[in-house]
Order: sequence, then structure tokens, then C-alpha cells
Amino acid sequence: MEAGTPDLIKLEDLEAASGRLSGRKHVLSILVENRPGVLARVAGLFSRRGFNIDTLAVGPTDDDSISRITLTLDGAVHPIDQVTKQLHKLVNVIKIRDMEPGETIAREMALFKVSAPVESRAEIMQFAEIFRARIVDVSRRSMTIELTGTLDKIEAFERMIRPHGLIEMVRTGEIAIARSRPDA
Amino acid sequence: MAALKAEGVEHIFGIPGGANLPTYDALYDADLTHIQARHEQGAGHMAEGYAKASGRVGVAMATSGPGATNLVTAITDASMDSVPTVFITGQVRTDLIGTDGFQEADISGITLPIVKHSMMVADPRHLPDYIHAAFHIASTGRPGPVLVDVPQDLSRADIEYESASGPPDLPGYKPSTDGNIKQIRIAAKAIANAARPVIYSGGGVINANASEELRALARSDNFPLTSTLMGLGAFPAPDDQWLGMLGMHGTRAANYAMDEADLIIAVGARFDDRITGKLAEFAPRAKFIHIDVDPAEISKNVPVHIPIVGDAKKVLPKLTEEYIALGADSSRTAEWWDRIRAWQREYPLNYERNESGEIKPQAMVEAMYRATGGDAIITSDVGQHQMWAAQYYHFDRPRRWINSGGLGTMGFGLPAAIGAKVACPDETVVCLAGDGSLIMNCQELATAVRHEIPVKVFLMNNGYFGMVRQWQELFWEGRYSSVEMGPSPDWVKLAEAFGATGMRVEDTGEVEGAMRDALAAEGPVLLDVRVSPEENCYPMIPAGQAARDMVG
Ligand SMILES: Cc1cc2nc3c(=O)[nH]c(=O)nc-3n(C[C@H](O)[C@H](O)[C@H](O)COP(=O)(O)OP(=O)(O)OC[C@H]3O[C@@H](n4cnc5c(N)ncnc54)[C@H](O)[C@@H]3O)c2cc1C
Ligand SMILES: Cc1ncc(C[n+]2csc(CCOP(=O)(O)OP(=O)(O)O)c2C)c(N)n1
Ligand SMILES: [Mg+2]
Repeated sequence: MEAGTPDLIKLEDLEAASGRLSGRKHVLSILVENRPGVLARVAGLFSRRGFNIDTLAVGPTDDDSISRITLTLDGAVHPIDQVTKQLHKLVNVIKIRDMEPGETIAREMALFKVSAPVESRAEIMQFAEIFRARIVDVSRRSMTIELTGTLDKIEAFERMIRPHGLIEMVRTGEIAIARSRPDA
Repeated sequence: MAALKAEGVEHIFGIPGGANLPTYDALYDADLTHIQARHEQGAGHMAEGYAKASGRVGVAMATSGPGATNLVTAITDASMDSVPTVFITGQVRTDLIGTDGFQEADISGITLPIVKHSMMVADPRHLPDYIHAAFHIASTGRPGPVLVDVPQDLSRADIEYESASGPPDLPGYKPSTDGNIKQIRIAAKAIANAARPVIYSGGGVINANASEELRALARSDNFPLTSTLMGLGAFPAPDDQWLGMLGMHGTRAANYAMDEADLIIAVGARFDDRITGKLAEFAPRAKFIHIDVDPAEISKNVPVHIPIVGDAKKVLPKLTEEYIALGADSSRTAEWWDRIRAWQREYPLNYERNESGEIKPQAMVEAMYRATGGDAIITSDVGQHQMWAAQYYHFDRPRRWINSGGLGTMGFGLPAAIGAKVACPDETVVCLAGDGSLIMNCQELATAVRHEIPVKVFLMNNGYFGMVRQWQELFWEGRYSSVEMGPSPDWVKLAEAFGATGMRVEDTGEVEGAMRDALAAEGPVLLDVRVSPEENCYPMIPAGQAARDMVG
């Protein structure tokens, strides 16, 4: 008897192999060939299959011939294994990693332009300090703040700052990398 | 050209134009046959018919802009039905791209959602590599259409052809074909424990050339078998184990068997909504084994219990072997067979027959079966006639039934027949056409005449967009809206205008004879068969309902 193959199989005991909806947010890290049109293929696949992308970030990797697309989507709405299997069918997609939440460092950068008359500057700067954000530009009426962090941190900062008059917010979308195993 | 020859290409279907002039110039003295179609859509369906009949890659070419956009329906069709095809389009010169140049269309962009893959040639030296990669991708794994877009200036470049040294370098393309042996063993055991098994086979078995292997599995223990529209012929009909087609216009025996099965063995079939109907009530008692070469098909529509990703040709023999080794007790399915036999007795496919007078469409298909001795390649358009062919022409070999299932493209039949005849010149090729469909690509009669391709078109002329009329009758209170065809055209004269032979038959007693005459006549023939105009195609599962809701 081969290991892993039970002797007896009762039909009642068979479970469907794919759990459909995971119910959580997923970060997919996708390695693609660095060629014209690849992003259009990935984006097109999402619209064609009716999948919604929450965030998307594209950038180079340490290998010139390969780019990385990091995208996040909601596993409560989309069956993630169907999404990854469809992505795999794109000939230019080399590898897909569905990042494990516990083993992943995920970060996003955001720029906030906040209305900042002289009287509220101190308070805004204080917020920025608490969040370890940097003030990168100041004008008579506004300040621009740069913040890097987890999604939660960025959203928390946004909530704090919004009452002061958020003029504009620009976010990169998350990028992620797997944590190294403790001294393996 | 050398790269195409190296891929074994003997025939290309297409139409020239400005942007692919250099390619056509190369064709002028190439040792390849070019079939000059009369519309690029026709060329595309010819390539599909060629591929479906022979299993080889079909190739169609068009110029840039309107030539390329005319291919779009055929490319979509090839995508939906997984047909191995390569489409080569001309594109405007590199320096004109993006400028709305004369006859510029972003065909790569337009076709992104409908191709298996596409490539825009950027460096003429790589053109042969692109061609080889295109053929490799089109024909391996789950087959499909690949588009190669070649800017005019690049196709002009004179390059030395060096034959490819190995498989193309495609780091992201590695179809798995073997099937996991552990999964196969689990599947064999599940089958051995099933009291009410059904094999549900599809177009993937035909594509895999795995009909023998499918039969071996079915014969290993008298398993009942049904097939989709696209899988017809992989298992011989009629046969003791054959339940008929399943799905919307399938037999009650097949649909009820799916409904009551405890284990469904799906092979190369994709759980289309014409099969499942109302998903929540589809095969509610069954567990599923799914053998498919495309991992994304597994659990796409219906959650699967034992997935096996692999080529049916490789997986089926292993599964049969593992199953036989278990020495399961065959008598466990005896009661199941009693139940199936009872449905078969109670609900055979039937219609009101008559000896003379009005021609029933079903009788027309039966006459066609007799006239061809059941031994022809039949292509079809889309509509009622297509369903009647599936029901009443008993396909007993693969690649004998060529139709458009996934996209349901009217006008597919005639060009597909031309492609099939080019691929298999020694076979009789008949297009069962609909009067609504045929006119959509009737210009290809000119192609058949010009290239002396003796296809026979048997036109089921009911004077209606029959399938739509049937739905309006049954589900829209008989409010017929834009479904009548009126008296035009005169099909016999139309055939003659193209230089083909036109014939007409109006009495059921004369149909078979007329068909024999048409088959015996030289060259392309169009036989206009006047059938009962308002016959409905039954049985049917109304859209979105369950197997048990079959009517008619
Ligand atoms: C008017 C009309 C009515 C219709 N009514 C019906 C009906 O009543 N019944 C019906 O069945 N259909 C009907 N259809 C057709 C239907 O729409 C689908 O096209 C059809 O059911 C799909 O067939 P399939 O599942 O065999 O899949 P196909 O489209 O043939 O797909 C093949 C599957 O096999 C897989 N595959 C490919 N190669 C291999 C390989 N080498 N090894 C393993 N797997 C492989 C593919 O990944 C895919 O999943 C109708 C169509 C029209 C136009
Ligand atoms: C290109 C295209 N347009 C429209 C349809 C919708 N449609 C499906 S069946 C049908 C009628 C087909 O008529 P005909 O060819 O005469 O076949 P019949 O049903 O009468 O046998 C139509 C219009 C389609 N499938 N394809
Ligand atoms: Mg009709």
C-alpha cells in the first residue's frame, strides 16, 4: 500500500478539495516576465473574470527579466484558488505566491496633503511624530506627510488626520516579502 | 515560411491585404497551400474545422485593421471550444504603431481576453521563435488560439531560418499532464465503492485522442456513460452503456442519472451551465472526480472531491488499471442499471413520424445518417438543427462531429466544413446548416467552388431562427419578434450563382434519395430541405432549471 492512500474510501467521507471563500484579505506576490503588455494581461484577466483588485503595485526585481506584481484582494468575495489558477494560465506569469499573513511583512507608503493653517500645525506634527511619519513639504496652507507602514497604520493615520482637512491622499498599494525563518 | 513548414503546416486559410503583403509574397512560391477565403471570419472557422477534424493546428491569416478584427469571432470561438489554432495578422509598420495609422487596429489589445496567448513581433530575427512558440502553446496543455501580430516592416526583413533546437523557452508555461498517481488511486477506490456511478465525458477526451482509453475505462466495469455536445463520438452511440448526451437538450436518462448518481467521473468536461442548469440542484447526491488538463477548470463551477490534473490520454489508462486491480464487485451497480433502463424505456428520444408530406427535422437528420452510412464528418451551425443532429446522428468515432458549442457561433458550419474537407480530403464532409446561420457565412461557397472543395451543405430550412422562435413560443407567450426569415433568398439560385449545385426537396419520402444524389454529385452542393417550420426541439431543461424540470 502506498503511503498516503487510505485502504478504504467511503464516498460519504469525501470532502470537496477546494475551500471556496477564505473570508480574509490576500496578498498575491506574482513574478512575471518583464515584457510589454504583461500588466495589461493581468489587469484584463481580473476584469474579464469579474475579480476586483483592491491594490496593485508593480516594480522590478533583482532580475531584469522579471518584474513583480503585488496585489491584494478580498478572499471573502473571490475564491482565491480560482484567481491564482487563472493567473497561472497567463503564459508570462512565472510564479504566484499567496502570502501567509503570519509569515509576511507587508508595507505600503502613502502621501497625505493636509490643510495646515498655522494654528493647527503643531498638532499635525505631533500626530506625524506618533506615527513616525515625515513631513516632506510645507506651504502656507498645507503640509505633505509621508508615511510607510502596514495597512492598519496607514488607515489609522488617515482617520486621525482627516478631520484637519485632507486635501489629497496618494497610496502605493501594498508590497510584501516573506519573513525569514528564525535562523534556519 | 520556413518556420511554418517546420511546424508541419500544409494549409493556411486567409485573405491578403496591405500589411501582410510581404507574407503573401513569400507564399507565392512557398510549398504550402493557401486557401483564399472570402471573409476573414470564414478563414478563422476553416482553421478551426481543419484543427477539429485532424487534431493538427489550424492556421489563419489576415491583414491589419479590418482583416484582423474580422477574425475576432473565430478567435473567440476557438478559445471557448479549446481549438488549437494560430492566427497570424499583419500590423502597420513599426513607426506607425500608435498613430492611428491607415488600417491600424490594436488587435493584440482587442483579443487579450480571448486568446490563450498572443505576441507582437518586435525583432524580425525572432520571428521563427515566435512561430514555434505559438504552435507549441496552441497545441499543448489545454489547446487554444494564439495570435501572432507581425508589423509590415518586420515581415519584410529577409532572415536566414535556422531550425529550432529545442522546445521554446517559456518559463511561465508548463502544463502538467501526468496526473498525480495518489489521486488516481483514491479515485479508483472511490469508483469501487460507488453504487450509482456515471462517467461524464467531454471535448477534452476528443482533444486528448483518448477515446480508446475512455472506452477501456467504461468497459472495465459496465459503467454508464454520457457525454457533452463537444464530446460526442468519443464513445460509440448507440451502445448498451451509452445514455445519450446530457444537458439542456440531452436525454432524460442521462440527466436523471446525473441527478441520482452517487459518484460522477468527469473527464475533459467543464461543467458548463448548459449541463449544470441550476447549480444548487445539480447532481445533489454526487461526489465528483474531475480529470482535466486545465487546473483552473477544477472546482470552477462545481466543488470537486477528487481532482486529477492531467492529460486524459495519460490519466485514463492508469485509472482503469488501478480500478481493475481492486477487483470490485460488479453486481453493485445492478440496481442502478435497472433504474437507468427504466428511464430509457419510458423516455426514449422520439417525435411524430410520417411517411410522406411534411419533412420533420428529426427525420431529416435520420435520413442524413442513412444516406451517409453514419460515416461522414458532420459540421453544424447553431440552433435547433444542431441539437437534432446531436440527438439523432449517432456519432461513433471522435472528430466526426464539428460544431460551435461554447460560443454558439451561427455561420460556423460551412467554413468549418471546408476546413475539415481540406484536412481530410478522403472523407465525406457534410455541413448541416440552419437557414438563419448559413447566410452569415454563405460567401464561403465561393471558396469551396474556387478551390474545388466538394463539401455538401444540407440546409435545414424551417424559415425561422428556429431556436429563438422556440424560446419565444415557450417562454415569451408566443410573441414572435424578428424570428421569421421570409422568402429570401432562393437557396438553389444562390448556390448556382456561386457556381455550386443547388437542389431542393420538400417531401419526406424523397429526402434520403436527394441526399444520396447530392453526395454523389461532383463539387460543392447545397441541398435546400424544407422542413416543418414550427417543430420544437425536445426534451429540454428550461434555462436555469434543474434536471428534474425537463420538459417535452
Ligand atoms: C444551442 C446550443 C445548445 C447547447 N446545448 C447543450 C446541451 O444540451 N448539452 C451539452 O452538453 N452542451 C450543450 N451546448 C454546448 C455547451 O454550451 C458547451 O459548449 C459544452 O457543454 C461544453 O462541453 P465540454 O464540457 O465537453 O467542454 P469543452 O468546451 O469541450 O472543454 C474541454 C474540457 O476538457 C479539458 N481538456 C482539454 N484537453 C484535455 C486533455 N488533453 N485532457 C484532459 N482534459 C482536457 C479542457 O480543459 C476543458 O475543461 C449547447 C450549445 C449551443 C450553442
Ligand atoms: C452570430 C450569432 N447571432 C445570434 C445568435 C443567437 N441565435 C442562436 S440560435 C439562433 C437561430 C438560428 O437559426 P437557424 O440557423 O435557422 O437554426 P434553427 O434554430 O432554425 O435550426 C440565433 C439567432 C447566435 N447564436 N449567433
Ligand atoms: Mg432555421
